[in-house]
Amino acid sequence: MTDARDSILARLRAARVDSRPEPSVPVRRFSWSRRETVERFRIGLESVRAQVHRVDDDWPRMLATRLRESKVKNLRYGPDGPLGEELRAGWPTDGPELIAHDQPIEACREALFTNTDAGFTSCLGGIAETGSLVLWPSRAEPRLLSLVPPVHVVLIEADRIVPTLHAMMSEQRWSESMPTNALLISGPSKSADIEQTLAYGVHGPEKLIVLIRGEDRPTGDRFAGQPEAID
Amino acid sequence: MRSEFRLRAERSLASQRARGNIRRAMDGLILKRRAAFPDLDELERLRDQGQAIRDQALANLPELLERLERRCATNGMHVHWAEDAAEANRLILDIIRRHGGHAVLKGKSMVSEEIGLNAFLAGHDIEPIETDLGELIIQLAREHPSHIVAPAVHKDRREVAELFARHFPEEPYGEDIEHLTALARRMMRERFRATRIGLSGVNFAVAETGTLCLVENEGNGRLSTTAPDVHIAITGIEKVIARLEDLAPLLTLLTRSATGQPITTYVNLISGPRKPNELDGPHEVHLILLDNGRSRIHADPELRATLRCIRCGACMNHCPVYHRIGGHGYGTVYPGPIGAILEPQLQGLERQGELAQASTLCGACGEVCPVRIPIPDLLNRLRFEQAQGRALRHGRRSGRERFLWRLWSLIHASPASYRRISGFVTRLRILARIRLGPWTRTRAAPRIAARSLHVLAQREGFRDD
Repeated sequence: MTDARDSILARLRAARVDSRPEPSVPVRRFSWSRRETVERFRIGLESVRAQVHRVDDDWPRMLATRLRESKVKNLRYGPDGPLGEELRAGWPTDGPELIAHDQPIEACREALFTNTDAGFTSCLGGIAETGSLVLWPSRAEPRLLSLVPPVHVVLIEADRIVPTLHAMMSEQRWSESMPTNALLISGPSKSADIEQTLAYGVHGPEKLIVLIRGEDRPTGDRFAGQPEAID
Repeated sequence: MRSEFRLRAERSLASQRARGNIRRAMDGLILKRRAAFPDLDELERLRDQGQAIRDQALANLPELLERLERRCATNGMHVHWAEDAAEANRLILDIIRRHGGHAVLKGKSMVSEEIGLNAFLAGHDIEPIETDLGELIIQLAREHPSHIVAPAVHKDRREVAELFARHFPEEPYGEDIEHLTALARRMMRERFRATRIGLSGVNFAVAETGTLCLVENEGNGRLSTTAPDVHIAITGIEKVIARLEDLAPLLTLLTRSATGQPITTYVNLISGPRKPNELDGPHEVHLILLDNGRSRIHADPELRATLRCIRCGACMNHCPVYHRIGGHGYGTVYPGPIGAILEPQLQGLERQGELAQASTLCGACGEVCPVRIPIPDLLNRLRFEQAQGRALRHGRRSGRERFLWRLWSLIHASPASYRRISGFVTRLRILARIRLGPWTRTRAAPRIAARSLHVLAQREGFRDD
């Protein structure tokens, strides 16, 4: 094994290379207003059949109603997640059953795969250019919570939506500390493998519900839709 | 005697159904890509940037690979190196056996096709489970992918329905695409829950952070890499990039060039196995870095551009030859224009050199390539090398060929002789019954015009200077 490593590297080192200039990053800059940023985010997600709702602080009740209407019997959530307490506190008594997802997967694999209708997570932010949610799964909201249940619900704060992936990476200094898993999610799972025709709901969630909160809140957020200063 | 490639190409040309399916899909993909890049100036800037990022990565390849290895190891991954397909297969088998696995969930990976992993695993009593819908179709049909992004593009819904009916006879028959997709979901669900080992390819490996980037739409890639206890990722050594921020423009180029999507449904960034305090994710992540001829390509400053490829498939989507013979016509893992330059280099000109002829040199592949690989130039370079090799093996050209070229140069050496000859041919055109070897076997011979272009141009008022 070390043999392969050393001989591959030796061959690569023997190659004649001219030094290359540092590539400049990025080209794509957008000077969208805050409103337009959120609007593009919404349009992007809706164009791939995500359901997007603007919500206020009464969102758990509104969500419970929506889920009940679409016959969702239970919702798994991370009780220690950033929104866990808020969700539990605002959940109506006649809403779908709330299941705390706080066990190692080895202890709840069966239940997650066979007996969970929907999963709820928070997210790190959103990307307007592509209509993408950015998730960093954590102990409180593990990877499979947003992947295995047929419905995935996400709440995003409007001031966490930025124009581009590059803007988010550099503002939040991702390169200094990446989590074990980071994710961009842009819509429910889909495939065009048969006749290049889109069909939704393949192996990931069939339905993605995105709740945007605080769009009209005039806070001094760090992701205001100013023109990006990066050149 | 007709070569294997020519026989395969003729078989593909004769398959009207597959040709229709491929053509429809390619026409759609061309339009989608065009719509995804409405600003042509911006597209050219993006391509410059994509080329610069990939060029720089290749210029620093050994350093970046070492850095990637170090960072991945720090993050808790196991990094392995493989000289060739046999070594990579052996590494994968060892990992699976160490965990007592009998089956492997596979996310889509062209490198796994390159090393013939499925056949190898099956030969060692380990079941490879293709989870991508297109790959599943191909696996059930016992075929190979005909496109690097859309592996089952040559099949229509009816063929898929019949295939599924044969393999899942207890399920209701249906030709509706939603129905077929839902069926695949049901069939795969239990495998995702129960299988303990997953394998995937890698779209980009980030040296700076030790991060593996995977793009996909179905969720099968995420499931294959997060649900099992062990995740094995395999990639060619050329897929490394220097910085995390390089991902942004490369992703923009990749998904828009491939399918016209602004982004895929999922972009998965994996930087290590489950940490002790985490509740899910694989306990082990292995990264296999495969050479298999790439370092040889890297050694040549001109051919090195081949390794810039980010596997978007735009070159084949726009290739008139691919449109007609499809991926199976090439008979190699990587088809289309990129295959026509990559495969002769990976496998040698003696085995696959003829693929460099599978092009009209129309230039479309070079124009759409998101990282500006000069595919037509490289095709010419390979043709030149092949001709040189032939000359070395067989000595000089045959007497007949030499005579024809001498005649050709004589005719073209002076305007007077050229005009005399072309005028002569034009006048005698009724007598001519032209047979041009393979060209006229399937086509009508070109008719010689009544007047030469020179004469027509003069009549239109063009002057001879």
